[in-house]
Amino acid sequence: MTYLEVRNLSKRYGDFTALGDITLDIADGEFVCFLGPSGCGKTTLLRAIAGLDPQTSGTIRQKGRDVSALPPAKRDFGIVFQSYALFPNLTVADNVGYGLVSRREKKAAIAARVVDLLAMVGLPDAGPKYPAQLSGGQQQRVALARALATSPGLLLLDEPLSALDARVRLRLRHEIKALQRRLGVTTIMVTHDQEEALTMADRIVVMNHGAIEQVGAPQEIYRQPASAFVADFVGSMNFLPGTLMTPEKVQVGGLDLICPRQEGLAVGHKVNLCIRPEDVRVRDLPPAIANRLTVEVTELDFVGAFCRAGLKSRAAAELALTADFSSNLIRDLGVGLGTRLDVALPPDRLRVFAA
Amino acid sequence: MPSVKVGLSRDDLVMRAGVVLLAGLLLVMVGLPLWSLLAKGFQDQDGRFVGLTNYVSYFSTPALFNSALNSLHVAAVSTVIVVPLAFLYAYALTRTVLPLRWLFQGISLIPIFAPSLLPGLALIYLFGTQGFFKALLGGGSIYGFDGIVIAQVFYCFPHATLILVTALATADARLYEAADALGASKLRVFFTVTLPGAKYGLISAALVVFTLVMTDFGIAKVIGGNFNVLATDVYKQVIGQQNFSMGAVVGMVLLAPAALAFVVDRLVQRKQVALLTARAVPLVPTPKPGRDFLATLFCTVVAIGILAILGMAIWGSLIKYWPYNLSLTLDNYDFAKVDANGWDSYWNSVEMAVGAAFFGTALTFTGAWLTEKTRGFYAMRSVVQLLAFLPMAVPGLVLGLGYIFFFNAPGNPLGFLYATMGILMVNTVAHFYTVGHLTATTALKQIDPEFESVSASLKVPIWRTFGRVTAPICLPSILDIAIYLFVNAMTTVSSVIFLYAPDTKLASVAAVNIEEAGTTAAAAALCVVIVLTSAAVKIVHLLADRFLLDRLQAWRRR
Repeated sequence: MTYLEVRNLSKRYGDFTALGDITLDIADGEFVCFLGPSGCGKTTLLRAIAGLDPQTSGTIRQKGRDVSALPPAKRDFGIVFQSYALFPNLTVADNVGYGLVSRREKKAAIAARVVDLLAMVGLPDAGPKYPAQLSGGQQQRVALARALATSPGLLLLDEPLSALDARVRLRLRHEIKALQRRLGVTTIMVTHDQEEALTMADRIVVMNHGAIEQVGAPQEIYRQPASAFVADFVGSMNFLPGTLMTPEKVQVGGLDLICPRQEGLAVGHKVNLCIRPEDVRVRDLPPAIANRLTVEVTELDFVGAFCRAGLKSRAAAELALTADFSSNLIRDLGVGLGTRLDVALPPDRLRVFAA
Repeated sequence: MPSVKVGLSRDDLVMRAGVVLLAGLLLVMVGLPLWSLLAKGFQDQDGRFVGLTNYVSYFSTPALFNSALNSLHVAAVSTVIVVPLAFLYAYALTRTVLPLRWLFQGISLIPIFAPSLLPGLALIYLFGTQGFFKALLGGGSIYGFDGIVIAQVFYCFPHATLILVTALATADARLYEAADALGASKLRVFFTVTLPGAKYGLISAALVVFTLVMTDFGIAKVIGGNFNVLATDVYKQVIGQQNFSMGAVVGMVLLAPAALAFVVDRLVQRKQVALLTARAVPLVPTPKPGRDFLATLFCTVVAIGILAILGMAIWGSLIKYWPYNLSLTLDNYDFAKVDANGWDSYWNSVEMAVGAAFFGTALTFTGAWLTEKTRGFYAMRSVVQLLAFLPMAVPGLVLGLGYIFFFNAPGNPLGFLYATMGILMVNTVAHFYTVGHLTATTALKQIDPEFESVSASLKVPIWRTFGRVTAPICLPSILDIAIYLFVNAMTTVSSVIFLYAPDTKLASVAAVNIEEAGTTAAAAALCVVIVLTSAAVKIVHLLADRFLLDRLQAWRRR
């Protein structure tokens, strides 16, 4: 069931278009990430959905109700900001209970609910403390508990993890995701961190220049990027400039490479042939494998779990790409600078975009 | 496609109503009185429109026009003396290792707590016709240009020092390390790093001092002698000759340079970008015996100068009959002997200052909050912003004069305020509105802008968040505003001198009257009482800031 319907939403500041004609449906209970570089409009879209910075035109329907022209106080959402926005002069318990108090509920009922919420976010003893006495990660959990206290139908997270250190961020990712799944609350998270989006979201909305580039499940976004922008922004990608010779063949630096059949592009078109570094195949190449080339290792950067290698084709010097080699592979094949290798670019892993 | 018009929540309606109300209040407190003043300049004594006649006669009367030149002259010379002095003092405070820094900083602030006529009175004791050091003047007289300049230097020194301390305190140590690493000489570092960093502070300090001197009334009144300046002319035209139209014209002439200085200052401030980024490393001065010794010596000399002037006023107030009988007495503090109001005027001042501090702080802080946090409603918010900035550009005498014309006008429903304690409070709050507004705005800008978004999402009314979160967080700034209003209400002379009634006379005004009647010692005594009161309140504030707030605001601790 569709929970949130965004139709033809635009936001303009004078001549600048921050959001151009956005249309998007979000299902009930779904976890959606708005992903994109800074300035792509993802936060603007979130704030329009909240009513904090209303759109210039377009409509938003929440649970069938038109909320396009409602002020934030009349919409149904809880929000968590990157800065946490915890009230520093109130205790953690008062922060979490802030929205409950004005509902004129009984004191004891509020206190019990606050205890539940704090237990839910894993901070059962933090109630009497002040926010400044907590770590960043703890503060963000309190902010989450406060946003969920009034049981909103929609949870909005604006870069909630960006201000935290890497380790805390990893842990909170899992906790937020697990909590969201348990409560079943429809959630939108804004992030510029692709890994965060890939691990947490049910669906990712990739945005650029105020427009949606692609909407899809994480695997889909990663495996079948719909545009060169998505291919480049999500994960690492080799862009090999070439020319489309036939619908299934791209010539790169004089080499003909087989690619998935292209319907939308005219033969003779300048294109980029794309492959992810981890998709470059090295081991157990069958003799008849397509797109086989001999390369020389020109760079080798140790990244920890694997090595990122710079490769240059022996036959066509302008064909250069990077590939990720596992430590095992490096050891087994004795790869070092200057090593010659036979690699293959599996056609099913190749994507072609107009240049 | 039609543009989306977002509906207003209850919060929005309440806040917009607040902004409109505030605009109305500021219009009555500042806008309309100034308008009345402007109009008065184009009328004759009977209120008929006469065009530029008054202005023509002003500029063609050398006696009047000369005062304008005198004012400019005094202001320019005082500025040229105060700013370098204050710069060195601020430099010593911020960039050298100064023993007893807090003491030197405290002493530099003393003049703020005194009515401006205090240095004038002290100079009379020292160099007046019967002064101790009259011989040093070699037949010259302290009454006139020299006296005014010396007293103004004392009076304006803390204002310039405060600005320059702020300008010099925000330095990035890495710039100095970089300059050192590049082998720049100390002098070159001073001229390429230190001075440019303080440039805007220097301009601001110069403009502030210039305006203060131009518009000050107390000093020129006490020690000006026959040297007429604009401020004393306004007084003479209005109080002496009851020529309100000419008073209005002189007021407008006085307004022009003050307003100009204000506009220039605003433009300069806008150019200033934050020198201290979040990643800057604050500069901590390291000991350097030679430089530190010179700094200490300089500060000691200046501090002694300030203390000497204050001390002279105190001593003078305790002496039986200067300079013939130097035995000590408290007789001069029995104000009933020289003024029918006796100590009443002092208590009036306290009442007025407490009222202005209380109501003024509530109004300024709430007003700044409304202006800052109301969603949309841009046009009305800009109107309020403009009206809030206006008082800074308006000299007290000019505002006071505008109050006479506006509140005393026949048919004004607010006329009942005239000659009450109420109008003195309203006038004082209006006169000092801008600084409080800026302080509150700065404090509000420093807190998380999303508090309001959060409370909207939690369906909590915005005024509840104001009372429970915003105001408590800003408590230190709120106290700053209250103390600022109290001290200024205690010491101000210029804007209230036209507005008091016999039973609402204020201490600072009484001091002017008593001095006019020739009883310098009693005038000095009254000034001393004012200094002690405002300084005591400030000290209580500092102690409260340190001990009480610490306890009330445990949440600030980590």
